Amino acid sequence: MASIDIAGIRKSYGAIRVLHGIDLAIRDGEFVVLVGPSGCGKSTLLRMVAGLEEITAGEIQIGGIRVNDLQPKDRDIAMVFQSYALYPHMTVAGNMSYSLRLRRAAKNLIAGKVSQAAATLGLENLLERRPRQLSGGQRQRVAMGRAIVRAPKAFLFDEPLSNLDARLREQMRGEIKRLHHALGATSIYVTHDQIEAMTLADRIVAMNAGLVQQVGSPLDLYDRPANLFVAGFIGSPAMNMFRGTYRANAPAVIAADASAIPLGRGYQVEEGAPVTLGIRPEHVELGGSGSIAAPLDLVEPTGFGTILHLRAFGADVKAFTLERHTALVGATVPITLPPDCLHLFDASGERLV
Amino acid sequence: MPRRSTPVLRRLALATEPWLYSAPALILIVAVMLVPLALGISYAFRDVKLLNPFGAPFIGLDHFRELMTDRTFSRALKNTVFWAGASVVLQFLFGMILALLLNRPFRGRAIAQALVFLPWAVPSFLSGLNWAWMFNPVIGPIPHWLTALGLMSTPSNVLSDPFNAMWGPIVANVWWGIPFFAITLLAALQAIPRDLYEAAAIDGANALQRFWSITLPFLAPTIAITILLRTVWIANFADLIIVMTNGGPADRTQIVASYIFTQAFRRLDFGYASAIAVVLLLLLMTYALLIVMLRQSLLKRA
Amino acid sequence: MGKASLLGMVAHRLAILAYVVVALFPLYWLLKVSVTPDRLLYTEGVRMWPSQASLEHYVFVLAHSDFPRFFENSVIVSGSTAFIVTIVASLAGYALSRFQFRGKVWIVILMLLTQMFPLVMLIAPMFKMLAPLGLTNSLTGLVIVYTAFNVPFATFLMQSFFDGIPKDLEEAAMIDGATRFRAFAQIILPLTLPGIAATLGFVFTAAWSELLFALMLISDVDSSTFPVGLLSFVSKFSVDFGQMMAAGVLALIPACLFFLLIQRYLVQGLTAGAVKG
Repeated sequence: MASIDIAGIRKSYGAIRVLHGIDLAIRDGEFVVLVGPSGCGKSTLLRMVAGLEEITAGEIQIGGIRVNDLQPKDRDIAMVFQSYALYPHMTVAGNMSYSLRLRRAAKNLIAGKVSQAAATLGLENLLERRPRQLSGGQRQRVAMGRAIVRAPKAFLFDEPLSNLDARLREQMRGEIKRLHHALGATSIYVTHDQIEAMTLADRIVAMNAGLVQQVGSPLDLYDRPANLFVAGFIGSPAMNMFRGTYRANAPAVIAADASAIPLGRGYQVEEGAPVTLGIRPEHVELGGSGSIAAPLDLVEPTGFGTILHLRAFGADVKAFTLERHTALVGATVPITLPPDCLHLFDASGERLV
Repeated sequence: MPRRSTPVLRRLALATEPWLYSAPALILIVAVMLVPLALGISYAFRDVKLLNPFGAPFIGLDHFRELMTDRTFSRALKNTVFWAGASVVLQFLFGMILALLLNRPFRGRAIAQALVFLPWAVPSFLSGLNWAWMFNPVIGPIPHWLTALGLMSTPSNVLSDPFNAMWGPIVANVWWGIPFFAITLLAALQAIPRDLYEAAAIDGANALQRFWSITLPFLAPTIAITILLRTVWIANFADLIIVMTNGGPADRTQIVASYIFTQAFRRLDFGYASAIAVVLLLLLMTYALLIVMLRQSLLKRA
Repeated sequence: MGKASLLGMVAHRLAILAYVVVALFPLYWLLKVSVTPDRLLYTEGVRMWPSQASLEHYVFVLAHSDFPRFFENSVIVSGSTAFIVTIVASLAGYALSRFQFRGKVWIVILMLLTQMFPLVMLIAPMFKMLAPLGLTNSLTGLVIVYTAFNVPFATFLMQSFFDGIPKDLEEAAMIDGATRFRAFAQIILPLTLPGIAATLGFVFTAAWSELLFALMLISDVDSSTFPVGLLSFVSKFSVDFGQMMAAGVLALIPACLFFLLIQRYLVQGLTAGAVKG
């Protein structure tokens, strides 16, 4: 196991800049998730750590050793691909043992490691099958088994669950997490799914347009998003956002329909400055003192709770409640926005304190 | 311990990797095709006769002047156009029909497909000889059938008829070339998504309308490229003519490519043959240029 | 089934039948004359099958003529060419499929150009180049020439097969510890067996049928390949039709066999780029 240090990484394809300067220090044994929308550069960054992409500028160190000029095979890392990339003409056992066979390890050593990894992943009965005879979940486990057998310095995951259906994804998420507890391996995991990020990560690196937006524990990003991008990306259903202006006297945000949303305390921004107010649907209180009557547009029952689409403060507001809601479309629902659940962002999208 | 190379070496290694893989192919092509090409072009300006071992004096444009008054050459040019045009049109038409017929699954399709593609496996010289024998009234059936159909007064050999001899190689060429077109078009047809046809059928289109509005537009690029490339290839395909008529009777079935061959192989006049070849090359480059310009203007229109 | 579609089906089958008949008839005729004994050849010229079939021509061709020699030479030349071309084209096709590099465009253009220009042009200079090297009248010389001629098309064929194999397989192998070449040889190449079969078959057939360069470069009977041998036979003994046709049938057998094996892959190969394997 080893730490991974990413310093000043830039990547360009010809004239097109894809990564603008990434700095990241990953501790030994940490599970870091790179999350962001398609095209933000997370996969490119992962592939640069793996050695599959050239580094335009900057340095990557694995376990204290500079790896910029090392071929993938010399970096002692293992990778799980989105498409699994299993060798079609080899059995499961063959796939898992390929790397060891390349290093000319002893036959019984190979057999031992393969059966150990197979046991960990529940693949013992499948060792003689070919990839085309396996289901998607089984293939993914073989891909992970191939990585485990190597006992590498770090694991790299490139959107491994994207090809699986929803049910399978849930299941595999749990398995990956359990595996990480068992092995304690340094891992970089790339995904565009924020739920995977939240549930799996020790720390999340939120990326957008080739830049790191925020690094922190899942709850850090949830409770204190550093900018509008992170605020809107993390959490589902997405955070409600209102445009308005700041009023310093009896601090409040003046919304588009001229109503005032009390802030409870002052923020470091000028009077009258344009701001964006955010509140998560699950924090919107139904009822409470000083509530506003908001007309109900749409009801989405999820079994687990209910998402209410309301109209207030000149904008669409979503509220999430764990109760079964019986109000009909068109009726009004009293809502309050508790001040300590509010997030305020300035005109450029940065968090205000 | 991994081998640590300097950044410069590693970048160099990465940059040359694709070239290393392509090297054998490139070396072969340059040595065996480009070098002789250059050499051949130089011969066009020299008097190079194989029978004359004493050097190859430079004679400038003499060969080209001779070419301009060479009646066989001008006839060869016309023949080339006729040969290529007739062959391509017939091969394409019959190949297209065959591809359409094979596109529908039916019992025995695999066998039928293998059988109708078989002519392509026949070596071209053999196909030429075979058809030459079939056109020969002594042992072939065709003259007798043509007479029975009233197209010929008495059974005679098409290949000795100065006016119609060209049809002999053309027929052999079409027989031999249909599979190529059929295979290419069939592959293209099979790449068309089925649901487009289903959607059109639901919309009320009949078979002919589906062909016009779906099949043809999808096939158009493949058809265009195949025909353009194939025309050039066929125009230069001399084997059948050499085998069936040797350019005769009296040089009436010569095409430019076969004329080059007979000058080089029979008269052993390498210089003159190379001059003809240079003219052919210029014609081809013009053709290619026209295609490129056509493509550019089509792209701009799109 | 409605009347219209029944009619359509019958027409369809008839059309296919017509194509099959036209495709096979010349070959059938070849076979027919080859088994017609000499005495019946001119009297029964146009019958569909001789009243008495005989293998006398085959016996002659195989036992008393130079044809076995020609056959052997052709097999050596075509086989060697197919083998070498497949290796060279796999390497080059892999490079074109996997790498983006400056000069790639030029290589593609070069290969396209070689497909377009008439090889006949090279006959004279080729002779003059190979003669001093002792490569005229030599099978090796032919193999070198044929290999170069076939490499461009074979490269395109192999490239389209490689395009159908996902890139992450090599990447996974490289992360597992293989060099790129090892990944190419151990992982990717085995997966392109249809492509290799198609290339081998195609090149073999092309080399087997080549006439003009063989005619030009080989004058020695001992080194003649089949096309040259058959043609010289025709011009010298133009009345022994039965024997020539027997020789022709013999020449057909390897070519047709190879072709029947690989024709399925050719259609597949041309669409391989479109559908990821």
